[in-house]
Amino acid sequence: MTTTDPTFTGDQAAPGGNRTDERAGTGTRGTRIIGIATIVAMGWLVAFGLGFSPEDRDQRESVRLLYVHVPTIWIAYLAFTVTAVASGLYFFGKKKSLGWDRLAGASAEVGTAFVAVTLVIGAMWGRLTWGVFWQWDARLTTTALLFVTYIGYLAVRRLGGTHEQRARRSAVIGMLAVLEIPLVHWSVRLWRSLHQEATVLGTDGDVSMDGLMLFSLFVGVVAFSLLYVWLVLHRTRVMAMEDLLEDRGLDDAVAARRAEAAASTSGAAPAAPTQSAAHQEGTV
Amino acid sequence: MEDAGFIIGGYVLTFATVSFMAWRVLRAGKRLGKQVPDADKYWL
Repeated sequence: MTTTDPTFTGDQAAPGGNRTDERAGTGTRGTRIIGIATIVAMGWLVAFGLGFSPEDRDQRESVRLLYVHVPTIWIAYLAFTVTAVASGLYFFGKKKSLGWDRLAGASAEVGTAFVAVTLVIGAMWGRLTWGVFWQWDARLTTTALLFVTYIGYLAVRRLGGTHEQRARRSAVIGMLAVLEIPLVHWSVRLWRSLHQEATVLGTDGDVSMDGLMLFSLFVGVVAFSLLYVWLVLHRTRVMAMEDLLEDRGLDDAVAARRAEAAASTSGAAPAAPTQSAAHQEGTV
Repeated sequence: MEDAGFIIGGYVLTFATVSFMAWRVLRAGKRLGKQVPDADKYWL
């Protein structure tokens, strides 16, 4: 079966048979292993984050939100960096592979969702420690700006045009938007901020956290990293199928138009519906 | 636990969000996978 087979519906068996429902999706053995590892790591995160890790001297129990808040923003930084690198590889690469574009888009989607989680958890943590959900503080404002920027990036990806046009314009934004990350990260030092400075590594390079707290944070980073990889793998595969089906729909429409044009020039065009028939069809 | 509502609520919200994302991408994969031949699925 080839890519040009327009009659494929998925109900028939592939050549050689043995088509199963399992093959209909985007899962593979690798993604299943990553998925199971993610669930296990998330279980550990709950156990350590809510159970085993001690309370903080100053922030008391509210420090438990750190094990979600910090990993999600770190993985979002990683996701946006992947978006920028993949965008660069598409934009400057000789082959212009759309695979890079899809990786950039999938990574940005997951990163944006993670920033949303960071903002919401941060607001809850702010309510417990500062007494308010939101302040127009440098760190909070720049993080919100980062979120809005990537919402814009995702909106640009949904504008019309060919896949190549989509890839080209979103690559430019993907490479520029990543420049916001240093601004977000260093905002607590560039401006006077309500937000605390770096939790794990201070400016002197020393780790200033309790061992069990640090381990809980590590579990959180591992869990969200695995989740990121799993989501991006599945999302890029879904995007590949979306692009393929879009191309096929366009190919079918062009083929139908050409057949119609060829039939009308040869004089053997099928009789067009009469005005009354067309009217009736339109009113049904 | 002090402030359990906010803390547990934060975890629940996080897991609900990521679970929804995972469900959505798997559902889209299954739906589109039925329309695309295996030969075009580079991951198989």
